[in-house]
Amino acid sequence: MPARLLQGSDAVARAAIEAGCRFFAGYPMLPFTDLLEAMARLMPAVDGVCMNAETEIEAVNMALGAGAAGARAATGSCGQGIALMQEAIAEAALNEVPFVVFNMARGQQDYFQATRGGGWGDYRTICLAPKDVTEAVEHTQLLFHLADQYRAPVMMYGDYLISHTYMSVDVERRDYGPLPPKDWALDGSKGGTGASRQIWTWAMGKANDPGPGPDRHWQRIAGKFEEAARAEQRWEALDCEDAETVVVSFGTAGAFVEQVVAELREAGHRVGAFRPISLWPFPEEALADACRGARQVLVFEVNAGQMIDDVRLSVGPLGVPVRPLGRVSIDFSGMRQGEILTVGWIRDRVRAAMEEVPA
Amino acid sequence: MTDAAQKKVASALAPLQLSGEHHLCPGCGHPVAWRLLLEAISELGLEQKAIGVVGHGCYTNIVQLADIDFLQCLHGRAPAVATGVKRVHPGAAVFTLQGDGDMASEGLAEILHTAARGERITAVMLNNGVFGDTGGQMTAASVVGQRTKTSLEGRDAESHGYPVPVAELVAALAGTAYVARGAVNNAGSVAKTKRYLKRAFELAAEGAGFTFVEVLTMCPTGWFLPTADGPGYLEGTFEQTYPLGELKGSAGAKGR
Amino acid sequence: MTLTRGTVTINVEQCKGCELCIAACRPGVLAMSTDTNENGYRFPLLEPGCTACRACRDVCPDYCFEVFKFDTPVET
Repeated sequence: MPARLLQGSDAVARAAIEAGCRFFAGYPMLPFTDLLEAMARLMPAVDGVCMNAETEIEAVNMALGAGAAGARAATGSCGQGIALMQEAIAEAALNEVPFVVFNMARGQQDYFQATRGGGWGDYRTICLAPKDVTEAVEHTQLLFHLADQYRAPVMMYGDYLISHTYMSVDVERRDYGPLPPKDWALDGSKGGTGASRQIWTWAMGKANDPGPGPDRHWQRIAGKFEEAARAEQRWEALDCEDAETVVVSFGTAGAFVEQVVAELREAGHRVGAFRPISLWPFPEEALADACRGARQVLVFEVNAGQMIDDVRLSVGPLGVPVRPLGRVSIDFSGMRQGEILTVGWIRDRVRAAMEEVPA
Repeated sequence: MTDAAQKKVASALAPLQLSGEHHLCPGCGHPVAWRLLLEAISELGLEQKAIGVVGHGCYTNIVQLADIDFLQCLHGRAPAVATGVKRVHPGAAVFTLQGDGDMASEGLAEILHTAARGERITAVMLNNGVFGDTGGQMTAASVVGQRTKTSLEGRDAESHGYPVPVAELVAALAGTAYVARGAVNNAGSVAKTKRYLKRAFELAAEGAGFTFVEVLTMCPTGWFLPTADGPGYLEGTFEQTYPLGELKGSAGAKGR
Repeated sequence: MTLTRGTVTINVEQCKGCELCIAACRPGVLAMSTDTNENGYRFPLLEPGCTACRACRDVCPDYCFEVFKFDTPVET
């Protein structure tokens, strides 16, 4: 498939459809709205369903129903709407229903929500944060695969820059390997056979085939997320091997930090950039490795300090100082990162931080 | 009793029922409604098309007791979940089973929106005017004067407001093809309720639109009554607020 | 002389003593026992005169009744 100049939302929608997504439900809320509109335009042509749900709660529950019925399903919103979806995301993690949640967040203020979750119970949500539209297209297809592989809801942490930037991208279908058949999915066909199916967080089973019950069921799910924690860490490390200063960032901020680090390297500074691609599971060991020789770790995020908690957990044992670089910064519309998301702002503060810790 | 030649005219268990043992209270109306639901599905030949989307309540036990596909979902959300299921499997007989607490309180938005959209599913509300599973608190459907754990002196319109008649609200929406309200407090009502359920499933299968059956059930525990008094209380109070019968789409009338 | 047109089997151990069948029985041929089952509940006993109308089975919340109709009514 040749590359096309596509708006991020359009590219993500096309990538989802390439991945086999045939059910999408959403509620308008910028910067997610363009993805909902793109799905509304594109789904009919592939005999898919796009529901303009009446509430966010209904959207995520519709996606849950579609996922339980065996379809590749998705929903999304921005952080404020994802807040309403927490219960259903937890429910799907605990009754093992897959779907993808496209969080086109209003900036970087929803890292805690994405990685800790506000639902109930012992669950985790695999969350990938693309730095640009090209990565978002790749992550979209990967997320549908991961959702099916782990039988759980998974999330993309996008934002206004992802949803609105035009980039030349190729949304050709990618193959991530075989998956087990969805013989657990509900279609009614086993009714009356003695082997009818059940999807239930309590996993009590049937009178003729008792299930494990909540204790053993939730223990097994916790074990499943421990496996995911080991197997699904993703990151990008640039120039960290000999870096004295490592700048950590996530999502679209990563593209800016990459530029800053390239310029500072050009000027002879030993600085590196580390970007977790999976916000959960957070690449703790990889970050610790990247910071092994550093004199300080700077965390640039456009919020009051959220990912910095995970950075401290990762590099704490090294004893290297961890310092926040960013702050709350939102534009006049309240929907996008504000004034601090520029190469100049970041570079000035990285320089200042480097000067405070002489070589 | 006698060795006279005889034939069985009624089985103890309903078709598709795996067990008659359940943990619901003596005199509860829900198990009767379960049986009618399973009989309707079986008599219409829908065993291998039925997918039940069940809310949270004492009635959730059906998920273990019946041999059809079930998805147990969040309180109030069954109509939205059922929408997702039905859109993926348009040929399936998708239905919800919810209590009045689940549907009228927590899930009022879901049921109204799903009805308005005319989703070709059958929503079933078991209405006993209490959150039975949590001990008998007041719901949006509790009738004025009804004593519950949170209205011990009786529901008082002045401080607790009025009950929400879900069936009437749903019937007013253009997407709804059929609405009926039955009860299980006597054999006559039981027979009518089964006919309502069958008609609802038939019309949903034909694609006529959204179908809805409310079933008034006894909850002597939640009503602070001896079991034998349940049927009389249902008739004397609930039926006065919630009249029985087909509210929309009865045979002979235009569907939607 | 009582005409009995049918009979029922009653799963006495599954009964929870709710007595809804007593009120539902049209010919009035069910009466609660004085004995109790393993769970401590009294249960219905059948007297002559059953018409196999199935009302007991239709209202029973515990699925205790099977109903049989005689080919020929029996006089007792």
